[in-house]
Amino acid sequence: MANRLPLAWLLALGAFVIFWLFAGPYLPAAFEYPKAHVIKLAKWISAAMKWLIDEASFGLFSFTDLTRFISAVLDVPYTVASSLLSTGFLEGSGSSAIQIVPPLPWIAVIGLVMLLGHWLGGRSLALLSGACFLFLAVFGQWTSAMITLASILVAAPLGVIFGLLFGIAAWRWRWLERIIMPLLDLMQTIPVFAYLVPVLFLFGFGPTAAVIATLIFATPPMIRIAILSLRAVPDEIIDLGHMVGCTDRQMTWRVMVPAARESLMVGMNQVIMLSLNMVIIASMIGAGGLGFDVLAALRRLDFGAGLEAGFAIVALAIAMDRLSQAAAEKLSAPSPENRATGFLARHPYLLAGLALVLVTSALGYMIPAIRTYPEALQLSTGTFWSEVVAWINVNFFDTLEAIKNAMLLNVLIPFKRFLGGLPWLGVTALLGFAGYRLGGWRLAVLTTCLPLFIAVTGQWEKAMITLYLCGISAVIASLIGIPIGIYSATRDRVWAWVQLAIDTLQTLPSFVYLMPAVMLFRVGDFTAMIAVVAFAVAPAIRYTALGIRKVDPKLIEAGRAMGCTEWQILTRIRLKLALPEILLGLNQTIMFALSMLVITALVGTRDLGQEVYIALTKADTGRGLVAGLSIAAIAIIADRLISAGAIHARRRLGLE
Amino acid sequence: MTNPEAKLVCRNVWKLFGADAASFLAAHGGHPGAAAITEAGLVGAVRQVDLDVREGEIFVIMGLSGSGKSTLVRLMSRLIEPSGGDVLFKGENLLKVSQARMIEIRRHQMGMVFQHFALLPHLTVLDNVAFPLDIQGMSRAAREARAREMIELVGLAGKERAYPRQLSGGQQQRVGIARSLAVEPEIWFLDEPFSALDPLIRREMQDEFMRLQTVLHKTIVFITHDFDEAIRLADRIAIMKDGEIVQAGTPEEIVLTPATSYVAEFTRSVARAKVIRARSLMVAARPGDAEGPTVSGRSNISEAAPLFLDGVSHLGVTDDAGKLIGRLERDAVVSLMLRG
Repeated sequence: MANRLPLAWLLALGAFVIFWLFAGPYLPAAFEYPKAHVIKLAKWISAAMKWLIDEASFGLFSFTDLTRFISAVLDVPYTVASSLLSTGFLEGSGSSAIQIVPPLPWIAVIGLVMLLGHWLGGRSLALLSGACFLFLAVFGQWTSAMITLASILVAAPLGVIFGLLFGIAAWRWRWLERIIMPLLDLMQTIPVFAYLVPVLFLFGFGPTAAVIATLIFATPPMIRIAILSLRAVPDEIIDLGHMVGCTDRQMTWRVMVPAARESLMVGMNQVIMLSLNMVIIASMIGAGGLGFDVLAALRRLDFGAGLEAGFAIVALAIAMDRLSQAAAEKLSAPSPENRATGFLARHPYLLAGLALVLVTSALGYMIPAIRTYPEALQLSTGTFWSEVVAWINVNFFDTLEAIKNAMLLNVLIPFKRFLGGLPWLGVTALLGFAGYRLGGWRLAVLTTCLPLFIAVTGQWEKAMITLYLCGISAVIASLIGIPIGIYSATRDRVWAWVQLAIDTLQTLPSFVYLMPAVMLFRVGDFTAMIAVVAFAVAPAIRYTALGIRKVDPKLIEAGRAMGCTEWQILTRIRLKLALPEILLGLNQTIMFALSMLVITALVGTRDLGQEVYIALTKADTGRGLVAGLSIAAIAIIADRLISAGAIHARRRLGLE
Repeated sequence: MTNPEAKLVCRNVWKLFGADAASFLAAHGGHPGAAAITEAGLVGAVRQVDLDVREGEIFVIMGLSGSGKSTLVRLMSRLIEPSGGDVLFKGENLLKVSQARMIEIRRHQMGMVFQHFALLPHLTVLDNVAFPLDIQGMSRAAREARAREMIELVGLAGKERAYPRQLSGGQQQRVGIARSLAVEPEIWFLDEPFSALDPLIRREMQDEFMRLQTVLHKTIVFITHDFDEAIRLADRIAIMKDGEIVQAGTPEEIVLTPATSYVAEFTRSVARAKVIRARSLMVAARPGDAEGPTVSGRSNISEAAPLFLDGVSHLGVTDDAGKLIGRLERDAVVSLMLRG
């Protein structure tokens, strides 16, 4: 069986090439999907959405009432958070509003963050988080950052709560899990922009809609983690719960959730980081804040301002990541008993925080500098960065341009043409064949139907552009990432640094990656590719290094004992056994590339991502969803085929 | 067959894993053969188990992994729903009672100790032990007082504030034991309580367990895969294989007359002298035996043997109350020990 495999592949590929080269004149419909037969799914969806808004009714109230109700409910906590952090509590509305209570003084916010850091992780965390927030104040990003923070403060806790509740429900009722799981899988692969379109359509433009979009985006991972961690609770603990006579409710809240606390906390960190990522992106539907600053700067091509806002996002991301990680650790480990008596002694942090807020607020009425960071002390690096960019462009314009053009002419464009010329029917058949060889009939059906979906909804051409950008980016990211992974895997100190770097890179919202690429190469496919590569290189490094590090040291020893050279150990033992992991890394690289690709629509690509982006600007739900689903289809095909390939490889290596 | 002093009775209890096991069982009149089970694509985890656990005894269920012993103990407490049969606890059929009644029974009359301790990681030793009482809704003061008592009983006083992960395996299982005893259960299930411990600690815990039982006189169902442990602790043993009980009886009966070659495999390496008790080897007492040295009828022969070193030719055998019930002759002891 195993040695017949290549022959079957060769035959299939041969048939495909013959079909591609010679079938054109006889079967033009196989090359370009006939327009007359395109299913107008997008229009149907849009019509359905319109019906929902205009006519759908649940008897007592209409669908619009429902969406308005949800907005109104979410608006309350958001208003409180944003009033506290940025606008102050207002009387009246619009420009005639009068501030009755000012927002928290910036010093108080920094102080609170430092107190939180100290409580969760001691002095070093207090200093780090304080420094990150001080950075926001000093570089004039305070107001925007506080708006972003307010959205996260509303969205993240709600995401955790909803995720946990859904997770518990799915854990308790198997049928619900069976419904939810495929949905979660799909939601994970649909690009973020695609979420925004229906949200925009249903909830309008503004911070509340952005919070809703953020919730929709950040909750699924929490559901997944909740289900997984509840399932991971040992059977004996469940038996114990029954044996001591727990009711269902006691079982859930007294046994299961506390026993799963440690892994649930990991979910909390994820929700917070995803919320940050999404709040930035949701600036497109009115979240405001730092994301909007980046977006506005991109539109103006004002690199300095964009980069500054980008740095602010990075500072915020680092602070939130470290704080939530420390919180996860602190809250999941049992706390040493606090033997102190009296409210004062038992809640020192709470009291210190309250005192800080009161004192600084009171002082703020006398000394304005305490309330708002004095403008005179603000540093702006905006002009500096603009000048740097200008300098680079003046001095290296030709070099950069040459690199860009060489890549475009020799790699990007030929590959794009090649993919564009392929017959959709042949590609679909080939994917079906690959699915069959790697995963049997079920996979074959999936890998045939998904490309078919793309073709019949009329997305084939744009899908090929997506594929070309994603493919090239993934290849380049792998070409960079895999060697770095190999190099650092066997050097512990290098690996520690590399790991720190990729961990930090991964906490950054994807928006941030656009700025430097645009600065150097302006808009276009090449710029998009650079941003995608920068974003997608992390998993390639991580999985390669982890795969190599996981190789059993006894095998390396055995290799040494047989007299292998270092090179032979690397190529014959390490890389061979790490292959499945590297394949998974490739898979992740592709997923990352796809999710970033959509965002690069902002720098003028012409793929499915752009389609979603256009749909967003037009609030065209159908168009956005269909394009989003097509991207999801590409992601799912790649994911399933590569995963099946990895399993194949593991079996062949005897690892399974 | 229901023994008047039986606390827990299993009658024709079955557990088949697979689709629609209950109706399959009914279709075969409650006694399907092994072939029929396999043919239906089911797995017979527990098959046709009849047993009764008597008041105050240590009933050991011994079997290798996959023999169904852990499933059986979970059927007894209805942690797993049986496919067929009856489980009577103090005459009440557990399989017929409502969910609420079952919770009531578990809360107040059953205790269970788990192989991997099943301690809640986020609670201190004190809170872990008090947990079953907390679930019942007992006030903090009352449950903590009770928990402290139990912690004292298992010898962990001073560790109340520790968390499970700060304790050794043996200590963790002591917490598990204290917790299961906190509700003063009438029946005490121990599911391989010492299997996860090192051999030396295991021995120590077995002694501790015997000491507790002399104080508490609980009705105990004890699961183990260790035949020596079973012999050491049991009043009666049931040996399981492939979901069935192949033999049930006192340790002596099992060692002396193994029912199948499978049971004989286990008993072969067991020293008879360590299993057979004085009262099984004794002959009728003669007048005057009460004056000489005596030995308890419960002691095994290897414990009684050293008393012969003084040169006596026989020992008086007494019951728990100290009354003479027979005599143990030197020749009988010597010949038993020589046979090994």
